[in-house]
Amino acid sequence: MLTNEKNNLSAEIEKLVEIYGSERSSLLQILQAIQRKYKYISDFAQQEVARLLDIHPVEVHSVITFYAFLSTKPKGKNIVRICKTVLCDMSGKEAVENAVTKELGITFGETTKDNRITLEHTNCLGMCDEGPAMIVNEKVFTHLDPGKAINILNEIK
Amino acid sequence: MNLEYSTKNKRSGPVIFSGYEQTGGIKKALEIGRENILLELKNSGLKGRGGAGFPTATKWMLTAASNAEKKFIVCNADEGEPGTFKDRVLLLEYPELVIDGMVIAGSTIGAKAGIIYLRGEYEYMFSFLEDYLTKMRKENIIGKSILGKKDFDFEIEIRLGSGAYVCGEETALIESLEGYRGEPRNRPPFPVNTGFLGYPTVVNNVETLASIPHIISKGGEWFKKFGTDKSTGSKLFSISGDCHKPGVYELPWGTKVSELLEIVEAENTKAVQVGGASGICIPKSQFNRTLAYEDAATGGSIIIFNESRNMLKVLKNFMEFFVEESCGQCTPCRIGNIKLLEGVKKIESGEASFSYLNNLKELSKTMQVASKCGLGQSSPNSFISILDNFKDEIFNSKVKGN
Repeated sequence: MLTNEKNNLSAEIEKLVEIYGSERSSLLQILQAIQRKYKYISDFAQQEVARLLDIHPVEVHSVITFYAFLSTKPKGKNIVRICKTVLCDMSGKEAVENAVTKELGITFGETTKDNRITLEHTNCLGMCDEGPAMIVNEKVFTHLDPGKAINILNEIK
Repeated sequence: MNLEYSTKNKRSGPVIFSGYEQTGGIKKALEIGRENILLELKNSGLKGRGGAGFPTATKWMLTAASNAEKKFIVCNADEGEPGTFKDRVLLLEYPELVIDGMVIAGSTIGAKAGIIYLRGEYEYMFSFLEDYLTKMRKENIIGKSILGKKDFDFEIEIRLGSGAYVCGEETALIESLEGYRGEPRNRPPFPVNTGFLGYPTVVNNVETLASIPHIISKGGEWFKKFGTDKSTGSKLFSISGDCHKPGVYELPWGTKVSELLEIVEAENTKAVQVGGASGICIPKSQFNRTLAYEDAATGGSIIIFNESRNMLKVLKNFMEFFVEESCGQCTPCRIGNIKLLEGVKKIESGEASFSYLNNLKELSKTMQVASKCGLGQSSPNSFISILDNFKDEIFNSKVKGN
């Protein structure tokens, strides 16, 4: 990471701490904001958050690794998560999965070479009556079939 | 967003979907006062709608009795049980019920702050709910001197989860709000004594809070008219799976499984999972059982399987879910779920001996008593009930499904 990038990130995290507060109870909100923008929380970002909240960096790391939607490793610009829980499974999730992995040329847990999409699974999205479902960043798409899922992926920038 | 929520007008039901004018409950609450609110609530017999079924009045009374300088109301919108989506409908279509319920709770127990803990998967609702709260602030339904009453202040903030099923457990939820890993706490102390930031806290399910304005404006006696003696009122059921009309239905407690199957037009039904992945699986021979706290209890999830479904595959999906969602803090749950999943895989490949299966059933019982929170205590439910109720299908290949 370049020094000016580091400085920018520090300034940004300082701003987040100003918005959400420097109490421990603000930690998750701060991490969520970093995750939303950068799609992961780098070692440097973790250290900065720890410094500003006056806690040990290990505490920050431990919280990030607990939550499925927070990541310590870089991800693509967009995160696509397909629900794999029972009702989506029963309503044709497998066909959607096959089409999506073929189209993107990656399997679950991987990121496309152009860094556009990271593909993952997720547990129940609460769309059991409208499955199969997937979530693109924070947007939910339901009643998927292979064609519909590919169209949605193609529209992601 | 490709979601359409124009269904509100089509919904009807005895309590929650029975029609309500915003602030009606709050005005009545201000009129009758704290003690009468608690009496109405106690009289109604309302129990927690998240699944555990703790009497709401008791929770509120314990918190109201404390003279701590701060208290909190937390709305548990971490709806993660597979097959449950009623809170999604309530928050998007009936936010007025949830907000009014929180305001009434605040005035009753003496809390000035409320938090909606919204699961990370529902982030798409965040801005809608924020806008809604802004509107409520303008209309003086939340904020300072609510509805013109001096010193009646109550503010609501929304906090997001980040994809952890266990955070629906109330003490894990509080840990998460405080900025920690969402690992359940030892209880006691209970949140009503030592909750968010150490202050007395009421954690109520979205649906519980949505029932409050109706109970206060129409009375506990009216609420009690619906349901059974031990399960008063009605319940929102999230019905999905093999049926023609999946969705959210409000039905009185005590409805039979068979009646419910008729309503949603299910055909060739083989099994019904009541209570989600952590619930029990009921075979055809038990479809006359009733949905109630005292019989087949559920937080709302009803999953329907028809004759074409392979129950072992269903069980495998459930166990994979628990292996991933166990927080890993206590051994029975962390290791137990992995062992049960291993067992399911061995049954699948035909390697499981009967003594091995009996050992796993013993392990299930250990998990039910020794796990620290509801996750590990209830995750063996589907393992036990599916293996018991569908042994012919699972162990006799001649009658196997697809």
